[in-house]
Amino acid sequence: MNELKSKVKELLGSKEIDLFIGYEQGTRLPRPLLAASCEEADRLIFDEYCTGNLAVYLTRKDLVGGKKVGIAASYYAMRSISRLLDENQLQEGAVKIFGLPPDGAGLKVFETVAEVKQHLQEAPAPPKQVEDGWVKEIEEMPAAERWRFWASELSKCFRCYACRAACPMCYCTKCIVEVNRPQWVQPWAATASNMEWQINRVMHMAGRCADCGACGAACPLGLPVHIIAHKMVEMVTQNFGEPAGKGNVLSTFSPNDKENFIR
Amino acid sequence: MNTNFEPKILAFVCNWCTYAGADLTGTSRIKYASNVKIVRFPCTGRIDFMLLLKAFASGSDGIIVSGCHPNDCHYTSGNFHARRRWIIFRGLLDFLGIDTRRIQFSWVSAAEGAKWADIVNKTVDNVRALGPYSEYRKAAEFLAGNEDVLLNEDVPPKDQEVTQ
Repeated sequence: MNELKSKVKELLGSKEIDLFIGYEQGTRLPRPLLAASCEEADRLIFDEYCTGNLAVYLTRKDLVGGKKVGIAASYYAMRSISRLLDENQLQEGAVKIFGLPPDGAGLKVFETVAEVKQHLQEAPAPPKQVEDGWVKEIEEMPAAERWRFWASELSKCFRCYACRAACPMCYCTKCIVEVNRPQWVQPWAATASNMEWQINRVMHMAGRCADCGACGAACPLGLPVHIIAHKMVEMVTQNFGEPAGKGNVLSTFSPNDKENFIR
Repeated sequence: MNTNFEPKILAFVCNWCTYAGADLTGTSRIKYASNVKIVRFPCTGRIDFMLLLKAFASGSDGIIVSGCHPNDCHYTSGNFHARRRWIIFRGLLDFLGIDTRRIQFSWVSAAEGAKWADIVNKTVDNVRALGPYSEYRKAAEFLAGNEDVLLNEDVPPKDQEVTQ
């Protein structure tokens, strides 16, 4: 932790970075801290409890536009950063990425895409048992009960779009829900339009989602929207394999894609 | 169960294969169920998944999505892209409990007039057995359906409103 503080202070002091996106102690869990000075950097922490996906700030132009930025990246934030690099939303080498390698050797600074990708291959993904359990439980329900479950859950949604704001991959400046010619998704909170919003969100995440669960964690009503995203990740890997490199899974195809429902 | 129920089926088809196929069904004088309304698209790749949800929300009981067989796409790869989209979209609908039995995906070429008639007839029969898809429609009309409740809600008289 002290290593991080001293390194960040050194970088801030020498003007190598203008802003460091990290964590500070919160009431229950660590919360984000955007440190622009050495005094602020003193409050930084970085340990295994720092799991929130800070990569979401990297595409917010009002925060980081024109600035040299460093970031403390958890495993899933690293995955998001890798996708953002693939999608040309970040420039290679423009962001100093601080990560914790799995061998416990302490802090490591990543600069190139290759380093980030290698880290993602070597580091074990945090377990997703809870999410897998949810998916299994929901899949075992009969279809009518599944409908009742999701209709009841999503009827509570009041469309604050916290799930969108928390997602590093939701960086469009104009979102489909703000498009009103044609009005694809009704803007008011009704069960079907809430569902359509989630379907849109998750379809647009196909093969891009890092499965960090930030959407579900951000939901003020605690709706399990991250379970839908998790199911999407599962489906994409099952049907099309691990999404690799450039290109969304939906903007590419394979003639050998398998389905069993087209007559 | 309402025995007089006639399902409304919306068919999203591609211009080059299935639309021509449906045309052939007509010119071959093959009779098929008249419950289907055909919407012509340039390619299956153009058929956005939101269109299917919109169809359900605005009154369709069943949907047919059909285009060229793989490798026959007029634009080379539109149907391959569409197939990918449908694979995950259908899985997602299933996960959310939206009735995927009401959506029939198929490949119908310009020469398969008889197949088109068969697909339409079978889909109409299936959906007739399933009944009207009121769940989704009701969910979509959530506010409209509750107007009465909202109107009768206890509203305090104007002069009592500001008390603090």
